[in-house]
Parts: sequence; C-alpha cells; structure tokens
Amino acid sequence: MKSIEDIFQLDSPYLLTKDQKKKMLDPYLHDLDNLHYEKCISYRKIVDAIPGGRNKQSDLYLPVRLFKNFDLRSISSDQILKTLTSSGTTSQQVSKIYIDKITAINQTKALVKIMQHYIGKNRLPMLIIDHPNVIKDRTLFSARGAGIRGLWTFGRNHTYALDNEMNVDDDAIDAFIEKFKHQKSIIFGFTFMIWKYFIQELEKQGRTIDLCNSIVFHSGGWKKLQDDAVDNETFKSKVKQLTEVSHVHNFYGMVEQVGTIYVECEKGYLHAPIFSDVKILDPATMKERPHKQSGVIAVESILPVSYPGHRLLTEDLGTVMGEDDCECGKKGKYFLIHGRLKKAEIRGCSDTYAVE
Amino acid sequence: MSNKKMITCFVEALGISEEDVVNTLEYNSIPQWDSVAHMQLIAALEEAFDIMLDTDDIIDMSSVAKARQILQKYDIGF
Repeated sequence: MKSIEDIFQLDSPYLLTKDQKKKMLDPYLHDLDNLHYEKCISYRKIVDAIPGGRNKQSDLYLPVRLFKNFDLRSISSDQILKTLTSSGTTSQQVSKIYIDKITAINQTKALVKIMQHYIGKNRLPMLIIDHPNVIKDRTLFSARGAGIRGLWTFGRNHTYALDNEMNVDDDAIDAFIEKFKHQKSIIFGFTFMIWKYFIQELEKQGRTIDLCNSIVFHSGGWKKLQDDAVDNETFKSKVKQLTEVSHVHNFYGMVEQVGTIYVECEKGYLHAPIFSDVKILDPATMKERPHKQSGVIAVESILPVSYPGHRLLTEDLGTVMGEDDCECGKKGKYFLIHGRLKKAEIRGCSDTYAVE
Repeated sequence: MSNKKMITCFVEALGISEEDVVNTLEYNSIPQWDSVAHMQLIAALEEAFDIMLDTDDIIDMSSVAKARQILQKYDIGF
C-alpha cells in the first residue's frame, strides 16, 4: 500500500477535476480492495459471495449496517488503537469501527486539510453549543462527544455555550463575545442542539447576540428538526437573525468515515474532498444514477486501512447536483442530502447481507 | 529550564511520570497519550510557553522529540 502522503501535500482538497481525481484515487482504492480482501476474512467472504466475485469487487459498496453485525477489521487485535462505536438512530446494535495508528493519522490529516480550507491554519476561538460534560467521559465515545473532540483541534479558548442543565450559559457567552469581539471564531455544535437549545432559547428570551465574523459548523442530521419543519434555509436565516452569523456550514459525515467530512459551501451544496468520492445508486439495482437524480449515497475513501471502509453504502438518500462546476469554485462532486433511507427501500446487495 | 517546563507539561497533561518523558515517546503509543490528552498537552504547552500553536503543529507533534522541535520554531531555546 502506497502512502497517501502526496495527497495531503496538495494545497487544497478541492482542486482536482473529475479525470485528475479519478486518476489519483483509483490506484489507492484498488490497493485497498486487495488489502482488505487479503486481511479481512468477513469482507473476503462477502466479496466471494457476490456475483462476479473479485472481478466485481470495485462495484461492491459495503452496507454500513454490516459493521453492526460483523467484526470487520483488517488488522490484528494488538494493532487496534481505538474502537469507534455508534448506536445509530434506529437500531440498538452498535457499529464497531476498528482504527489503527495509520488510519488514525490519515483521518486526522484529512480533517485538517478540509477544515483549513474553511478557517485557515490558525486556531480560532471556539464556542461549543453543548454542555461541558459531553466530552468529560472519554470512554463514552458518543457521537456528539466524538464530533466535538474531532473539531477541538481547530479551536482555542474553548467555551461551552450551555450549562450542565442545558440552559444557555449567558455569562459564558457574554464573556466570549466580550473577549473576542468581532474576531473570526468557530461556533460548533450539532444541528439539533444549536436549534433547540440555542437559537430557540435566544428567540424565546427575545435576545440577539453579535457573533458576526464567526463561522458556524454544524452536523448531525435534520431528522429531529423535521417536526418543527426546520430546513437548512430556515436554520441559516434564524442563525443570522439572532447571532449575526452569515457563514453557516452544515457538514455530512459518519462514524464509518471519520476524517472525511462533506462540508456545505456558500452555495448550499456539500462537497466531496479529494480523499473521497460520492456516488448515487439506484437502491433497487445498485447501479449508479446520473447527476440530479436522487438515490442512496455510496462513498469511497482512501483513508481506512484498518477496516474495509473504502467503499461504503450509506443509509442516506441524496442527489449529486454536478461535478467540477459548482459556483463556489470547488472542484469535485457536489451534492444534497434528503434524509434517511427507509429500510424497505433497500434491496440488492444490502438485502442479501442484512442479518436483522 | 525550557526542557524542564516541557517535561512538566507532559507529566501533568498525560498523567505519567517524569522518567517516562523521553525523546522516543510517541503519540498514541501509550494509553495515556490519546487524542484527548493531546489537547490537554497542547493547552499546557501554550500556557507554559505563552505561545499559540497552529493546527499543523498539533498534528506534527507526534513524539517528545518532535514537541521540542516545534517549540524551537517558536524561539524557545533548549
């Protein structure tokens, strides 16, 4: 397996056009096909079981739910650095993602490259829309805690906007604003937390704050906000109205793909960085769909060497809106997410392996 | 002086003993130096030396030797 160091040396993860990107990624993905086939027995069995077997290996997108059912790893137990877990929203069963040293480094470097594109190399004052206890227990790798820990690197003077009872901590926020008045800062939180415990609270109190020049990054899905009929546009306009922040970036990511996040550009589209490509598949046939047609999202990544996560089938629906020609100037594919796939819609290979 | 200060940062942030802070000690090679402790280490170094490390420094700080190198970049003599 060739080192992917040269990819980390690129100035930006959004420079390469379709053909350049394919030329760069394909050899790595091919190496990962071989590596995981060789090292991960469960993965090998799945490859051997699909029609066409190894010849069709590059068409195989491993359904993420398989990480709940099987121990999918390509390293020995003494190479495990940490195990990431996610309970998911619909199942009690926990996904287990095994990370070794190299994969951990790849993940960190990729995330740094992506985030530096948006915020630069300097760490910025960081306001976290959550309560301080969310990261205290390091054995509890909750999605929220893990997300905050992941972005922690990019901040300084980390300040929590909520107290342990989930109330807005006015003193903390006032002190933050006073100290970093009109400096570029990061505001980070989960979409639901920002909406419910911050934006709605400010609105209830009839209070506005001035965090202009800050950048909001948020993630975690819109599912919990659907009842309130909050979409991305509503979210952004309320944030602007109550906090003066006009740079708001949603991002899409998953525990099976730590390091790769798909960040929303100023035009409202999520972008695939150089470390990853995104494909939209027809859930019935598993064939790739043309741009502008919705389907289930499959992701490719060159980061995971410790587990077969280089070609994954997510449980999310989305649409690739185009490639290399987003008005924001970034190259690569840009896409939208429409929410979770209903289980009944999954057919084809994910059905074959579903053990629920 | 600087060396002692740096070692104290490692001892306090990672919760290890002074003898363990050797040049070859690497990030993620012991349970005490995980990603959470790493952030505490960064905060401790920044405070002790009154500097502000950038994200590249944080990623590059993969061993005690490397930490010393990075601090030297900020005109801290050893």
